[in-house]
Amino acid sequence: MANIISDETIEYVGILAKLELSDAEKEQAKTDIGRMLDYIDKLNELDTSGVEPLSHVFPVHNVFREDVVTNGDEREKILANAPAKKDDSFKVPKTVE
Amino acid sequence: MQIMEMTALELGRRIKDKEISVREAAQASLDRIAALDGQIGGFVTVDAEGALRRAEKVQEALDRGEDLGPLAGVPAAVKDNICTQGLKTTCSSRILYNFVPTYSAEAVLNMEKAGAVVLGKTNMDEFAMGSTTETSAFGVTRNPWNTQHVPGGSSGGSCAAVAACETPYALGSDTGGSIRQPSSFCGVTGLKPTYGTVSRYGLIAYGSSLDQIGPVAKDISDCAAILEMIASYDKKDSTSVSREDYDFTSALVDDVKGMRIGIPSDYFGEGLEEEVKNAVLHVADVLKQKGAVVEEFDLSLVDYAIPAYYVIASAEASSNLARFDGVKYGYRAAEYDGLHNMYKKSRSEGFGEEVKRRIMLGSFVLSSGYYDAYYLKALRTKALIKQSFDRAFEKYDVILAPASPTTAPKLGSSLSDPLKMYLGDIYTISVNLAGLPGVSVPCCTDSKGLPIGVQMLGDCFKEKNIIRAAYAFEQARGKWQAPDLSGLKESGSKAADLAGEKESGSKAVDLAGWKESGSKASNAEAVKEAD
Repeated sequence: MANIISDETIEYVGILAKLELSDAEKEQAKTDIGRMLDYIDKLNELDTSGVEPLSHVFPVHNVFREDVVTNGDEREKILANAPAKKDDSFKVPKTVE
Repeated sequence: MQIMEMTALELGRRIKDKEISVREAAQASLDRIAALDGQIGGFVTVDAEGALRRAEKVQEALDRGEDLGPLAGVPAAVKDNICTQGLKTTCSSRILYNFVPTYSAEAVLNMEKAGAVVLGKTNMDEFAMGSTTETSAFGVTRNPWNTQHVPGGSSGGSCAAVAACETPYALGSDTGGSIRQPSSFCGVTGLKPTYGTVSRYGLIAYGSSLDQIGPVAKDISDCAAILEMIASYDKKDSTSVSREDYDFTSALVDDVKGMRIGIPSDYFGEGLEEEVKNAVLHVADVLKQKGAVVEEFDLSLVDYAIPAYYVIASAEASSNLARFDGVKYGYRAAEYDGLHNMYKKSRSEGFGEEVKRRIMLGSFVLSSGYYDAYYLKALRTKALIKQSFDRAFEKYDVILAPASPTTAPKLGSSLSDPLKMYLGDIYTISVNLAGLPGVSVPCCTDSKGLPIGVQMLGDCFKEKNIIRAAYAFEQARGKWQAPDLSGLKESGSKAADLAGEKESGSKAVDLAGWKESGSKASNAEAVKEAD
């Protein structure tokens, strides 16, 4: 495997991804990402100099609209999905002491 | 003819002519699901009560003389990553195990305007990440042609449910082949429209620049009618395209005279099963006999599509799936220490292995220091791939290709080596990168009795070309055939008899006929093993 993923990298990516991996999962992730990157490195065979990155296949532009509320009050239905709620709000662990 | 054997359009005609009531159609679907789906696993949620209630409403509208279109009253299934108001939508993930959307996807609203009766939600690979429907948190879906094999993925539930005649049609979604590959494995017809044709509003995002909703049905006529129904310009989807033509059914003509068809010779490399290759060549022959001009050409860049795709799709997924944090809906870890730990634990316990793998890879390729080398490089490769298709479509109206290098693999044989599984997407993935429309049409079965689908690809906004080619091929192939599920019936289910009439007219060409023996034997074996 040409791409060796360090413990630090996995820690860092875990923070970015907001995932808490077990030690076994971390080892597996190192192998998996390394293998995928080896494969993805195939793209380096291609000369892409002067080629613009293509995010969208069509020349679509941002679509603007007036900032007008169109949906009704769905508070109850939305809160019905909440894992935890208090009064009219989502309940989360205390963040400010 | 039994109700569940009919195509969606045929059923729609009979409902319109009052030969069959909307309730009867819904009940026939629900009965068949109750009898068979325990062994197929196509559905995650069945809404019998809602479907019957809805059937009465549609019937009332029809009785009032309202013209809702050709599919009014026809039951349908919806992939579980497409939001349905008041009906659980899980993405087959633990993290959304109890999520009830407060709104419906635009495609579903369009269906409802046209009188569709939604039966329930179909199983899929978790968050549409996978090629076998084995990564679902709610169990696997089995291939109706042989229940020891996978249905493909990620829209495996939709395709299996249609193949098993549990629903006349279903919606799927296609990010890298997720409609076309399982359609091929399940012997049904599945179409991925040009990017932007069907609104993504209400489709739970995986790779937003690639995702597209499309129809899964028995034949191309149904697919064209369903696409006509669900396609629309939608302001709520900023990538929605306002098209000039939405009359896809007008392309259902048996005429390919002078149509230019290209076969990419670089698609016929290592890994392609001989029988699949022969199936593609057979379809080419049929179309040639009908007057199409067929030639081979070099598409180029074929080997670069998969690595580019996995960078782009994973990057977009890592961003799209950041919203699942256990705060507003879905799964929240039982124990945690503070807010950040709650996010992390909820996500780590809520997401499955494949989803976490792609989120990690996506976070990595977007991270500072690697963004240019991986993400931008992939987007540049995408530009080159688009250019090579542009060149091809200057010469050809339709590109003919395999849908997958193989027929459906056995359950449990794919997930151990993710990279190998990804390679199975080689013929479908570049289509998403280039935004093209593509359809997988069942052609024949292989020596194991498993279906082989052939892909027809068109230039952007040229769905009509592939619909015409598919329709012409179907006319030569003969009517769609259901898998023989008698093996499943022996296990005590009360399934309606599907034996009915079998087409055998097209046996003259070896590949044209649907071989009828294989699947019966294999399903009987499956039942024996299950006992």
